[in-house]
Amino acid sequence: MLAYIFRRLVWMVPSLVAVSFLAFFLIQLPPGDYVTTYVATLAASNEIVDQRTAQELRERFGLEQPFIVQYWKWITGILLRGDFGLSFEWQQPVSGLIWERMGLTLLLTSSTLAMTWAIALPIGVLSAVRQYSVVDYFFTFIAFLGLAIPGFLLALVLMYVAVVHFGQDVGGLFSEEYQTAPWSFDKFVDLLAHLWVPVVILAVNGTAGLVRVMRANMLDELHRPYVTTARAKGLSEIRLLIKYPVRLAINPLISTIGWMLPQLISGATIVAVVMSLPIAGPLLLQALLSQDMYLAGAFLLLMCTLTLVGMLLSDILLALVDPRIRYD
Amino acid sequence: MTDTAPVLEVRDLHVSFPTRTGVVRAVDGVSFSLARGLTTCVVGESGSGKSVTARSILQIVDTPGRITGGQILFHRKDGSTLDLAAMDPRGRAIRDLRGDEIAMIFQEPMSSLSPVHKVGDQVGEAVRLHLGLSRRQARERAIDLLASVEIPDPHRAVDRYTFEFSGGMRQRVMIAMALACDPAVLIADEPTTALDVTTQAEILDLIGRLQQQRGMTVMFITHDMGVVAEIAHDVVVMERGKVRESGPVRSLFASPRDAYTRMLLGNVTKLERPSDIRLKRVEPPVPPPPILRIENLSMVFPIVKGIMRRKVGEVRAVDGVTLEVRPGETLGIVGESGSGKTSLGRCILRVTDPTGGAIHYRREDGTEIDLAKAEGEALRAARREIRMVFQDPFASLNPRMTVAQIVGEPLLVNGLARGAELRDRVSALLERVGIEPGWAERYPHAFSGGQRQRICIARALALKPRVIVADEATAALDVSLRARMLDLLLDLQDELNLAYVFISHDISVIRYMCDRVAVMHRGKVVETGEATQVCDNPTHAYTKALLSAVPRPDPEARRIHLRHRYVAAAE
Repeated sequence: MLAYIFRRLVWMVPSLVAVSFLAFFLIQLPPGDYVTTYVATLAASNEIVDQRTAQELRERFGLEQPFIVQYWKWITGILLRGDFGLSFEWQQPVSGLIWERMGLTLLLTSSTLAMTWAIALPIGVLSAVRQYSVVDYFFTFIAFLGLAIPGFLLALVLMYVAVVHFGQDVGGLFSEEYQTAPWSFDKFVDLLAHLWVPVVILAVNGTAGLVRVMRANMLDELHRPYVTTARAKGLSEIRLLIKYPVRLAINPLISTIGWMLPQLISGATIVAVVMSLPIAGPLLLQALLSQDMYLAGAFLLLMCTLTLVGMLLSDILLALVDPRIRYD
Repeated sequence: MTDTAPVLEVRDLHVSFPTRTGVVRAVDGVSFSLARGLTTCVVGESGSGKSVTARSILQIVDTPGRITGGQILFHRKDGSTLDLAAMDPRGRAIRDLRGDEIAMIFQEPMSSLSPVHKVGDQVGEAVRLHLGLSRRQARERAIDLLASVEIPDPHRAVDRYTFEFSGGMRQRVMIAMALACDPAVLIADEPTTALDVTTQAEILDLIGRLQQQRGMTVMFITHDMGVVAEIAHDVVVMERGKVRESGPVRSLFASPRDAYTRMLLGNVTKLERPSDIRLKRVEPPVPPPPILRIENLSMVFPIVKGIMRRKVGEVRAVDGVTLEVRPGETLGIVGESGSGKTSLGRCILRVTDPTGGAIHYRREDGTEIDLAKAEGEALRAARREIRMVFQDPFASLNPRMTVAQIVGEPLLVNGLARGAELRDRVSALLERVGIEPGWAERYPHAFSGGQRQRICIARALALKPRVIVADEATAALDVSLRARMLDLLLDLQDELNLAYVFISHDISVIRYMCDRVAVMHRGKVVETGEATQVCDNPTHAYTKALLSAVPRPDPEARRIHLRHRYVAAAE
């Protein structure tokens, strides 16, 4: 097992090199660069930037240099100094911008995941055990409804209801007075008061899908001979259900936890934009729109790294919960 | 019948399965009784209701089946009597009996045990539940039980997982689990069907010994008349949910009263000697040159370990095998699981690449090609002439293709026929194997096991092959179908001058079907010769051990407990 993890880690190095190269290449692909976009934005508000100023900006940002030189500067900066470059748009170091939002993103994603699992697994099991019963049809209906409603629509409706009927603003993650305040217990409580709304919205979508997967997994396991064996031993239905089929039906789901990692950045973007949540998704979107290449590049690189780490994590988790899996 | 009082009486039992098209009466008025301390065998083919009857006793019939009538009277040691059929299947009363006073073991020891729980946990579960033992006490008890079913090193075995054991060892674990609470009745549902003959003999011995030590009553469900003859005291013959005949084993075998019993016994004895079709054949004066010459063939899998994937050992699945197959001849390959017989078949078809040796295939024009090294068009051409029939007729047919598509596919992908011509050829093929051509548009699920295997044969014949490799082609079929399938294969052989490589673990099938036999053990051929000679007068010690472990359908001459045992010389 240790040998396997070591081998995987070694393999990650060339993958990351390739991926970083690709990420840097991709963010340069659209025509023009940050200066072009910047000039266009200014032009829209009737400010004229002459060619010389634009040229100066380009030189200052190093946009005139050949691709490979720019890449080399970027990647060595990250590796040697942890310096992801400067965000053109924010005129701040990229690393500062990212880490600030990653904490909140992590909180939001993990609470969503916990809520999704806590609701979906029992319902999935119940649906499978009482297949084709009223209970099953009811939850199947709810699940499909949840799948079909886009998260952002639910967000809009919830915000509308909250404002019109309760006179409460549920956007964002903090009330105004805590927006820029330093961390305190009150600020944390305020965060929790805001957090549940996006968590519920995001969980509705995730739950619906997970209920169906859990139900299908359970239906596969319920008719396995080992369930009959357990029943022949005299175990009560509920005990044997939890000990045997549920335990096996969860296995494939556990391996998907690792896949959630890249979701930390790209997940929930639309809902976050609608509800103006200060998490990573909208920032990435904005960076891509304005060709803020170092910021976008850092996000892409982080996402790729998280994907690779997540896949390794999945494999390790699966080996831990399923003794049949050996990676030697 | 017997002088002892019955421990369990089944009276007029009815079990039905409501389906969309109507109610299936899986068990339809079955009555029998189990004599205390003795073995009663329930025998029948698939669909006879024997398994459902057994499960009804513990009320663990799969949904939607349920008991719709009759009584199951259980006479306990303390003199009280319970009607199990009247109990609530989910109730406390029946649960307290399950695994405590009546225990059950199942057919497939791998899937009937949980793969993710340790052996000790599963074996000790019943004692914790019924006797209220602590975790530690249950573990001690599990170790004792594993020792009593003769599992080596029980202290370590208790902490291992089931997939770390061989099939025979898993079935021992299963038996240990059933014995946990010292049950009065042990119900065994085809416990040896999935095992090799030598392993089967060991498990039968073990069950017999445990029964004597503990004075247990055993209800043994099987389809194998040989096993019945070896172990039964009383026999119940079932067919389509009804009891056809029951009685003491000797009188039932000596003078069966029912036509169905006679048919079952007849089919078994039919396979005790070579097929009539083969006996009628005339030997050609000069034997034709072999169509396949396998020379020193080997197939080695490396075992790698560690960070650098160093090779630390190897598995020699096929180890220096030399064999010949003549046109129109059947060569049997017999051996137990892990003997390399399937690997050999896969090498001939080049599904796997052999690691050494040669397979010379003689083409129709007399030229030879080495299949072990052939590539490209030459290999594809040879593959058209060497086809395969697989063991499991359920798994080897694509459920989303019609029979016409399945049988026509080889013709289509090789560009040999299309349109109306394809249809005609498919019809002719189906007719040849005894399937109504009008059913060609149906899907495989509409056919029974025997019919599906016929479809598999039709598919193999589609390209007019010269060699067919049949890997356990009749193992999944009932005895009555088995003989008919073999006859069909023999007829086709006469008609098309086919050569068969017939892989089987079943000696009686080999004797019936094959001209010559090669016995494989751990990748090596230990003995070859004429089928009758090898089956009746084996020379190698391993062949002797293998043959003596086969149960014979003669209750007057029980012998597997007297069998030869083969201990491979240290290599």
